Amino acid sequence: MKFHFRFPIFDFRRSAFWPMVRKEFIQMRRDRLTLGMMVGLPAIQLALFGYAIRTEVRHLPTVVLDESRTAQSRALVDIMKNTGYFDIVAAARSRDAIRRMVQGGEIRAAVIIPPDFAHRLKRGQGAQAQMIVDAADPLASSAAIGAASIASARMSAGGRPAVEVRVRPWYNPALKSSSYIVPGLVGLLLSITLIVITSMAIVRERERGTLEQLVVTPITKTSLMLGKITPFALVGYVQMTVILILGKLLFHIPLRGSLLLLYALSAAFIVANLGLGLFVSTVAQTQAQAMQMSFMFMLPNILLSGYMFPREAMPEPAQWIGAILPLTHYLKILRGVLLREAGLEAMWRESLILVAFAVGVIALSVRRFSKTVG
Amino acid sequence: MTASQSSVAVPVADGGAAIDTRALRKAFGTLVAVEGLTLAVKRGEVFGLLGPNGSGKTTTIRMLCGLLAPSAGAATVAGFDVGTEGEQVRRKIGYMSQKYGLYDDLTVIENISFYGTIYGLHGSTRAARIATLVRELDLEGRINQYAGTLSGGLKQRLALACATAHEPPVVFLDEPTAGVDPASRRRFWEIIHTMARRGTTILATTHYMDEAARCDRLAFMSRGHLIALGTPDEVTKQFGAMSVEEVFIQLQHQDERKSEMGKRKSNVGQGVGR
Repeated sequence: MKFHFRFPIFDFRRSAFWPMVRKEFIQMRRDRLTLGMMVGLPAIQLALFGYAIRTEVRHLPTVVLDESRTAQSRALVDIMKNTGYFDIVAAARSRDAIRRMVQGGEIRAAVIIPPDFAHRLKRGQGAQAQMIVDAADPLASSAAIGAASIASARMSAGGRPAVEVRVRPWYNPALKSSSYIVPGLVGLLLSITLIVITSMAIVRERERGTLEQLVVTPITKTSLMLGKITPFALVGYVQMTVILILGKLLFHIPLRGSLLLLYALSAAFIVANLGLGLFVSTVAQTQAQAMQMSFMFMLPNILLSGYMFPREAMPEPAQWIGAILPLTHYLKILRGVLLREAGLEAMWRESLILVAFAVGVIALSVRRFSKTVG
Repeated sequence: MTASQSSVAVPVADGGAAIDTRALRKAFGTLVAVEGLTLAVKRGEVFGLLGPNGSGKTTTIRMLCGLLAPSAGAATVAGFDVGTEGEQVRRKIGYMSQKYGLYDDLTVIENISFYGTIYGLHGSTRAARIATLVRELDLEGRINQYAGTLSGGLKQRLALACATAHEPPVVFLDEPTAGVDPASRRRFWEIIHTMARRGTTILATTHYMDEAARCDRLAFMSRGHLIALGTPDEVTKQFGAMSVEEVFIQLQHQDERKSEMGKRKSNVGQGVGR
């Protein structure tokens, strides 16, 4: 009952912290469900968001009507093919033929290169090529339009005169949604691991009576708590690393900014979520309750943090709720550092919010936990 | 811990009591679970705490272990004040609850080793202690089995091994034999009495009257109050009964009558199980 929380003079070497950590890892290894959740979730999520859910459309069946028949026109076709958005399936003979094919649904896009294409290019008059898109699928058409502008931009590079360009996507020239989703996945999975798995692990000890058994030993509350939650912080870092590596290998996610900065800032996010997990464990009496409560935290995290949908498009109350989620701010850091090479000077606001959140939540949860434990 | 064991030549009732409570009280809101409990348990004694469900036994043990803060009164365990010297108390006690507090997904040896390390045992000391426990508690041949797959009797002995890994001078057992077969119960109490002969003080609650009859002394609790204290023979005589079991049943009837009267007046005095 009367053991006090002594953080500053915590002696790691001689405390019961290490046996707790060791025990936790043994249990983790043997708990198939938890292990499956820790290893399987990143894989499933990566597959779902990386492959299945695509907000961009690639490999549109495309025909080409090349009336120029020059090296320049063939170069344009090659560039379009190389964007990955267009599969050149046939050469069309006429505009009528194109209309028939698009109407029939076998073709989604067509490129028409006029006879004077090469001529105008050489003379610096600004060459034009026409892109026809089946707009029945707005997603496909917007993707095609974007890709076409990239292609024309590439055509203009290398000192040659400009081909018409309007849209210029920043940071994500390939317009891949995975570049946006995978960094977000890091944040989401950390939340799941740290809130769901941590709270369940603590509640399980309460259910089985081992928590009570530990409280009557000389173990300090600090050792008990730190020994219990530290392994999950490590698991979180491992998950993060795995997702980043897989994202790099499978989806060619750019890892541009300082990884050191990212890992350092992640500590605040991890502590905040460990705090939330600890909090859930003080409220929930059974593992089932812990699961339900954790998912109560997870849903707004998935829907309102900007992980799936841009927050700018949300109604204001949803934005307010999003603003109090640590994930919202962590996502900005993840995408900022990884995609835009942002440094601390650009991310200081988000970092401060995260740190404040971490300190607040852990203080509240530790106090609650101390009360419930004895 | 070993010092106190070797120095017990003659148990002393006063001053040297292993457990000493004075006017101990615990109330949960308006519910009084334990009231004015004063008793002393001598070193090396096997002391039985009896009473119907809700009479305040578990609350008493939880206060003595430092799991609950007393509302009033004082208690010392192994010479340390429960209220102010919790950490010293926890080093001197072993506690075995009805739930056993075992990790089902750890093996027998891992459970003992974990608790041993928590109690500060390391290296060869720990290895030697584990070997002794495994031998004395008949856990040989089971050391690599998961605790979750053990039978009731083995789980119970493993729980005792974990609770006494640090050779505590005082051991609390809260209904340690509930749901265990007769042979395992008998073996368990043999072990307990052996520990007591070596100087360990045992305070146990039980609902089995054969176990109660083998205790050195008994305390009967009813509705939070201590109503009888003495050797099994003394208590039996005090109530003019034939056996401890008869005393128990008498008390329970008495309890039920009081509780009905109490319900008509107010709900004060009803004990709390946990």
